[in-house]
Amino acid sequence: MNFQLSKEHEMLQKMYREFTENEVKPFAEEVDEKEEFPVETVKKLARYGFLGIPFPKECGGQGADHLAYAMAVEELSKACATTGVIVSAHTSLCASPIYLFGTEEQKQQYLTPLAKGEMLGAFGLTEPGAGTDAGGQQTTAVLAEDHYILNGTKFFITNAGYADVYMIIAMTDKSKGTRGCSAFIVEKDFPGFSVGKKEKKLGIKGSSTCELILEDCIVPKENLLGREGEGFRIAMRTLDGGRVGIAAQALGIGQGAVDETVKYVKERKQFNKRISQFQNTQFQLADMQTRVEASRLLVYQAACGEDCKQPFAHLAAMAKLYASETASDVTRRAVQLFGGYGYTREYPVERMMRDAKITEIYEGTSEVQRMVIAAWMKIN
Amino acid sequence: MSKDVYIFVEQRDSKIQKVSLELLGKGRELADKLGQRLVAVVLGMEPGTSYQKLIHDGADEVVYVEDPVLAEYMTEPYAKVLTAIIRERQPEILLFGATSVGRDLAPRVSARVHTGLTADCTSLVIDEESNHLLMTRPAFGGNIMATIACENHRPQMATVRPGVMGLPVKDETRIGVLTPMAMNFDKADQNVEILSVVRSVEKTVDIMEAGILVSGGRGVGGPEKFDTLRELASALGGEVASSRAAVDAGWMERECQVGQTGKTVRPGCYIACGISGAIQHVAGMESSDYIIAINKNESAPIFDTCDLGIVGDLHVIIPKLTQAVKKMKESQES
Amino acid sequence: MKIVVCIKQVPDTTEVKLDPKTGTLIREGIPSIINPDDKAGIEAALRIKEETGAHVTVLSMGPPQADTALREALAMGADEAILLTDRAFGGADTWATSSTLAAALKKIPYDLVITGRQAIDGDTAQVGPQIAEHLGIPQVSYVSELHAKGGSITAKRDFEDRYHLIKVACPCLVTALAELNKPRYMSVGGIMDAYRERQVTVWTLADIQDTVDPANLGLKGSPTKVKKSFTKAAKGSGETFSVGADEAVAIIMEKLRGKNLI
Repeated sequence: MNFQLSKEHEMLQKMYREFTENEVKPFAEEVDEKEEFPVETVKKLARYGFLGIPFPKECGGQGADHLAYAMAVEELSKACATTGVIVSAHTSLCASPIYLFGTEEQKQQYLTPLAKGEMLGAFGLTEPGAGTDAGGQQTTAVLAEDHYILNGTKFFITNAGYADVYMIIAMTDKSKGTRGCSAFIVEKDFPGFSVGKKEKKLGIKGSSTCELILEDCIVPKENLLGREGEGFRIAMRTLDGGRVGIAAQALGIGQGAVDETVKYVKERKQFNKRISQFQNTQFQLADMQTRVEASRLLVYQAACGEDCKQPFAHLAAMAKLYASETASDVTRRAVQLFGGYGYTREYPVERMMRDAKITEIYEGTSEVQRMVIAAWMKIN
Repeated sequence: MSKDVYIFVEQRDSKIQKVSLELLGKGRELADKLGQRLVAVVLGMEPGTSYQKLIHDGADEVVYVEDPVLAEYMTEPYAKVLTAIIRERQPEILLFGATSVGRDLAPRVSARVHTGLTADCTSLVIDEESNHLLMTRPAFGGNIMATIACENHRPQMATVRPGVMGLPVKDETRIGVLTPMAMNFDKADQNVEILSVVRSVEKTVDIMEAGILVSGGRGVGGPEKFDTLRELASALGGEVASSRAAVDAGWMERECQVGQTGKTVRPGCYIACGISGAIQHVAGMESSDYIIAINKNESAPIFDTCDLGIVGDLHVIIPKLTQAVKKMKESQES
Repeated sequence: MKIVVCIKQVPDTTEVKLDPKTGTLIREGIPSIINPDDKAGIEAALRIKEETGAHVTVLSMGPPQADTALREALAMGADEAILLTDRAFGGADTWATSSTLAAALKKIPYDLVITGRQAIDGDTAQVGPQIAEHLGIPQVSYVSELHAKGGSITAKRDFEDRYHLIKVACPCLVTALAELNKPRYMSVGGIMDAYRERQVTVWTLADIQDTVDPANLGLKGSPTKVKKSFTKAAKGSGETFSVGADEAVAIIMEKLRGKNLI
């Protein structure tokens, strides 16, 4: 078992860090303060291949792997969790399912521009009445000759309003329950498709989280992904990959908070010495870094599992569960170590604390992750 | 046998550059130590220039070439002249200012005559035993100093950092030799075509480039009061900067802000006026070579991070300091 | 057009710190980077490549780990990379370094050679012009704008108080300032290619035997030698004076004079 990064991955990490330091970090505060989607940053991300990392060159991707992708989300999230989730939602939740389940035509028409960053992707599963109970889908899709007509509302959709392509789950046969769901590739300009209300959130404020409204939305037959009835399975497989991305985001948030804290405690003086010299400070940070390190190993293991095409759903669940709870814990402790200053917007840790929370909730709450792990353990 | 200390005297628009005078001062010292002569080499001045001033500044001889080809700097014609002088006269030492001309010309010449060159020296000393020139200079991004010698090749060449060596002591009674020299330049020598020469007008200020910063904080008290600091900065040849407090209060532009959320600067000298010294500010300037702090409050944290601390009223001290600096510079110029 | 960019892998000296106990530099854990002026040179070459279809070769003289710097240049978009490495080159001053690089350049077809103005470890700014002399080609240094067209270069050459707009015929050498441009990052795909598809050609002394004079190599071939090196005194907490204004001014003037700041 080799825990060393390959030379390529080391150089990727170096590039990610440089890019983040110069192109992401300086804007993180403003993105949060103004709750603005970082359009310019996304253009730069596209230029350097961040939006197609794990996809083969033939599909317009960068020819790297899921470990490289997870590392990218991690590094971006250290400075700005919003930027991290934009890449993650686009890659894992939209481009990936098309790569895994799409026809040649669908890949050419959608995967290639998504992987090249010419188009941005999003994923619509959640509905006002179907969150953790994702099976309770109310959005319907009715076949009429050469097209489907979709009706319903999607909720809490990341990248909404900026995405060009949406992976939408809808019921083609209500009588079959989850086996009656299908997956559709929906373009933003399809008639009957619109983006509704934008959510005001506690954290990842620059991430655009909106409602999607499908009112007799016309979707060509060719845009059915996989076969009718496969939608739920596709969605679950998609979320497995998405969990690796979110776990990586949480990992980044945690590490970013530890790094900021280490810097601060070396400068701040009280009682005539630097607070880094107090044992409590040292012990807290030791705990925090150890937990983040453990998250890292789980995240990288899950990413490698996905690359090896082994069953990795349980690894992804463990990584997301642990990394997200670690991020919340570590960021809370970080604010505490900063003291009063940490509560102000002058330092980034309060934002990191606010950003961390969502990682315990979206793409499957921590409770759902526990269900997945317990099922894999065959406890019941 | 090589002998004598030679100085490349740099001119722009027929005005001799300050660094060359500094070199004459140092060169005189080195020549005296060696018991040899100091020779100034000047290229491209307007015909009819008086070179006596260089004699007064310490040169025993001035070798000059007046040719329109040399009026504006170009590598090959200048290198050709210097090479001819080196081959004919065999200097012991040849010094250049470490300017954008010096650092272009000196390496070309040193390679042509196959000798050693040491760059950006801050100290030049003759070794007691060997009589070699010991050249000390910063390396590793300024984090270490290295002392270099060129033992077996002549001339020993160096470019010297401007503003480090002191100016020479003038002696208007000195007598020396003025030696005009001519050089033939052909088409092949003028291998770079100067399409136009554009002299600088007012440049936009980048505090990160300034060698001296006079920085003000809350203690300055108001936008017009920053004029006091501007005058000092101008007298010192530096720029004005400020802490976040002054920027947030609208007294100064954000481009001038030093600190955690502003710029990080490492000037040769940072004068902090009415700045308390909160960590966020210190983080942006603690790598400055020399930090002077002036503050009314003796327990201000800035006094923990400065090289020289003055507890006092900046509104009284700064104007007096400006006057003293101006006075000194006036006496240097004359 | 064929462009060769000479680059150096250097420690990131802006990250170097002094060990307060020993007064020596802490060199461990300092990341190695492409020298910033050189990186601007790579970017300049890549822009010319984008505009005119030029071929870009990157050359570096260094120890085996300089391979990483060359891979980075490939990942940015360079076409070819050559590592010039041999124990015989070690300990070289700028004369020896420039002689060795010039010997390699004599074996590579070029129209334009680009070097950085100065490396952030050696800080001499000498190697570029010295290479130009060894090759017998014109040099333009302190370049802050660069264009290539039909066999010649136009550039903006900076001085402290002015600039020249110059034109020079190829072959020639240009030294780039970091201010010349904002270098691109490596792309994800570029990095994967640099390690999986591309090669770094390695040349040793044997490969340049016929173009180099061995007397000019390494420590022995260096006219200048380092007699000693030392760290500057670490900044301690200074002195604070509570005195009248006139005395304060006198103290400050003395210090400023002593440091040659006035």
